[in-house]
Amino acid sequence: MMENGFSSPRNDSFPAGLRVLVVDDDPTWLKILEKMLKKCSYEVTTCGLARDALNLLRERKGGYDIVISDVYMPDMDGFKLLELVGLEMDLPVIMMSVDGETSRVMKGVQHGACDYLLKPIRMKELRNIWQHVFRKKIHEVRDIEILEGNESFQMTRNGSDQYEDGHFLCGEDLTLIKKRKDIESKHDEKDIGDNTSTKKARVVWSVELHQKFVKAVNQIGFDKVGPKKILDLMNVPRLTRENVASHLQKYRLYLSRLQKGNDFNNPDGMVKQSDSPLSDSAGSFGSQNSINLQPTDVSNGCYGFSGSSLVLQNVDPRSHDGDRKILVTTPVAEPKRGLTVDAPNPRKPRISQMEFGHPIAPPRSEVNFATFDSSFPSKYPWCGIPGIPLKQEHNPLHLNDGFSHLPMPRQKQLTRADYPQPAPAISSAPSLTEREIGCPVKIKPSRNDYSSNACHVSSTASAVDSIPLQTKTNSTNHQVSSTSSMENQGLNMNCLTGVESSRKNINLGMPPFAPLDKDLQVCFVPGDYYMNLGLQNIEVPEYFDPSLLTDVPIHLNDGLRFDYEFYDPTEYSLIDQSLFI
Amino acid sequence: MDRKQLQHQVAYTRRSLFDQGYLDDQFIQLEHLQDEANPNFVEEVVRLFYSDSVRLIQNIEQAMINKPNIDFGKLDDYMHQFKGSSSSIGAKKMMKECSKFREYCCAGNIEGCIKTLQLLKQEHATLRRKLETYFQLVKQAGLA
Repeated sequence: MMENGFSSPRNDSFPAGLRVLVVDDDPTWLKILEKMLKKCSYEVTTCGLARDALNLLRERKGGYDIVISDVYMPDMDGFKLLELVGLEMDLPVIMMSVDGETSRVMKGVQHGACDYLLKPIRMKELRNIWQHVFRKKIHEVRDIEILEGNESFQMTRNGSDQYEDGHFLCGEDLTLIKKRKDIESKHDEKDIGDNTSTKKARVVWSVELHQKFVKAVNQIGFDKVGPKKILDLMNVPRLTRENVASHLQKYRLYLSRLQKGNDFNNPDGMVKQSDSPLSDSAGSFGSQNSINLQPTDVSNGCYGFSGSSLVLQNVDPRSHDGDRKILVTTPVAEPKRGLTVDAPNPRKPRISQMEFGHPIAPPRSEVNFATFDSSFPSKYPWCGIPGIPLKQEHNPLHLNDGFSHLPMPRQKQLTRADYPQPAPAISSAPSLTEREIGCPVKIKPSRNDYSSNACHVSSTASAVDSIPLQTKTNSTNHQVSSTSSMENQGLNMNCLTGVESSRKNINLGMPPFAPLDKDLQVCFVPGDYYMNLGLQNIEVPEYFDPSLLTDVPIHLNDGLRFDYEFYDPTEYSLIDQSLFI
Repeated sequence: MDRKQLQHQVAYTRRSLFDQGYLDDQFIQLEHLQDEANPNFVEEVVRLFYSDSVRLIQNIEQAMINKPNIDFGKLDDYMHQFKGSSSSIGAKKMMKECSKFREYCCAGNIEGCIKTLQLLKQEHATLRRKLETYFQLVKQAGLA
């Protein structure tokens, strides 16, 4: 029974009837949670196995609003499930554990958990989980609109020969915009704490930035893509994993809508296979080519509670080798209903075996998000949306233990003091682009775990060392020598100490990271990473102060220009040129 | 005993379980969850816990038997599970033993682990007895 999340009757009584999927191998807790959630008037489904949960989620796409999962499960690591759910279904996921250790909570946040509850869980903690659903929906809708707004702008600039105007003005868009207004007014009325979200600065995805993004996505392979990987490849200072995650989400939604449009135009579908033999994923992609995307499915699914569930097909990973010309196989947006594609899961292991043409930017920069208070992320729709609002009232001990010396107000001051510094560092970004190409980084095969990738980047430390540093502010802080100590499995305190000592006025709170497990490997890329590290801890509004960006090749008025011309099968040559400036 | 006396008995027994540190607030949470839809919720949960915990204890013991190289990581994971489960009914003393066990695991101290596991099993059995008695009293008081 597929519910149309967009117009579900649940909306009227929200949050009553919230569809919760609880995953826990402990039958006792499962029973208790089920009872608690039912008492909250939620609709509960329980699962004792992560596999079962994934199957349920895949079979009933759009059938759940939120997932609550234990961290430890025998058949699958809870963090892994978290990642998969985030990638495939883009649902908010709450993690639970009896273990409230800071490192664990951190890991949860890094993997995209929107909250981390400690057992024993009280019912009052469960009462408010609906906020995560609501928040996600709000941001998603707003992001789409921004996207559309920018696209429309670009359309008029570039001429619309490559677009169908209808794309942007078809029925569901208007409903979408209307719905957003409804939500926003409801939002305002309810006076929820995150209310300020609509008014703050956000990352502007400029042409260049987006092109970097698309390039990274295509290099990774669309179905293997993940915010962290993209972030790493993009290697853009001050860009956070959450920025990328939300942008990725929008990108997927946007592609799906384009697919819809193009399907109408190109009955033979969007597939343009590269000549070289494709991986399994592309093969299966071919077979799905004839999927009929039902407009209602895609649009409603996209903007319903449960968010996008696009599964987009892979680009031949071999196209990544040195040769920067990427043959783009047009992604097919999987309809939210009816089609169960197991693709993402089996493909995931292969991510780790790819050769990236870029040095790896620190995957752990998002670590610092744990320091943000619950009001923070709501202000910045571009960053930290899905995973960030940690309810500090739930974990006051565990978050603040690590960051008790990082009171928010102080952070504010610190960031202001550091303003001048980031900008010059950013000016080095263009030179880094060249370095990216010249510095191939091998990632050793690892577990299906982004953090594992991070651990192995230490093998490339020497390669990284050889990159000439061109950032002015970072020269003293760079601690290039410290990258050699990245061999350590533990968190690299040397690097962090170097960072900390040179940037005394940024209290990054690094020492608390020391006891964290090896999954929190901090990997350094010269210059930019350092900037990332420093800046991640800074409250976001300051990131995007336009005055900072004078040196940055981000054109605030350019809006977004997605090179969607590559979806036109006749214009592949255009793709190559336009994607790679 | 008449009803009133039984009820006193129930209250007294319940009180002592808390006072003696066997149970914590989570048990009260379970009591709050009990309603007309689930009139025996607390007892059901406790039974579920006990039937499942046997399996967990077995896992732990298996991981500790006569092995030259004990996988403390795995042992810790099992105990983590057990602790989580114990937390579901508010088994306070048991949880303490679980934490001690995990500390020994971290230290790689198998002797400490063995000793603690014994204590844990004792607490496990003691609490079971006390709760069974308690639930029987509750039933009697209800029927009287």
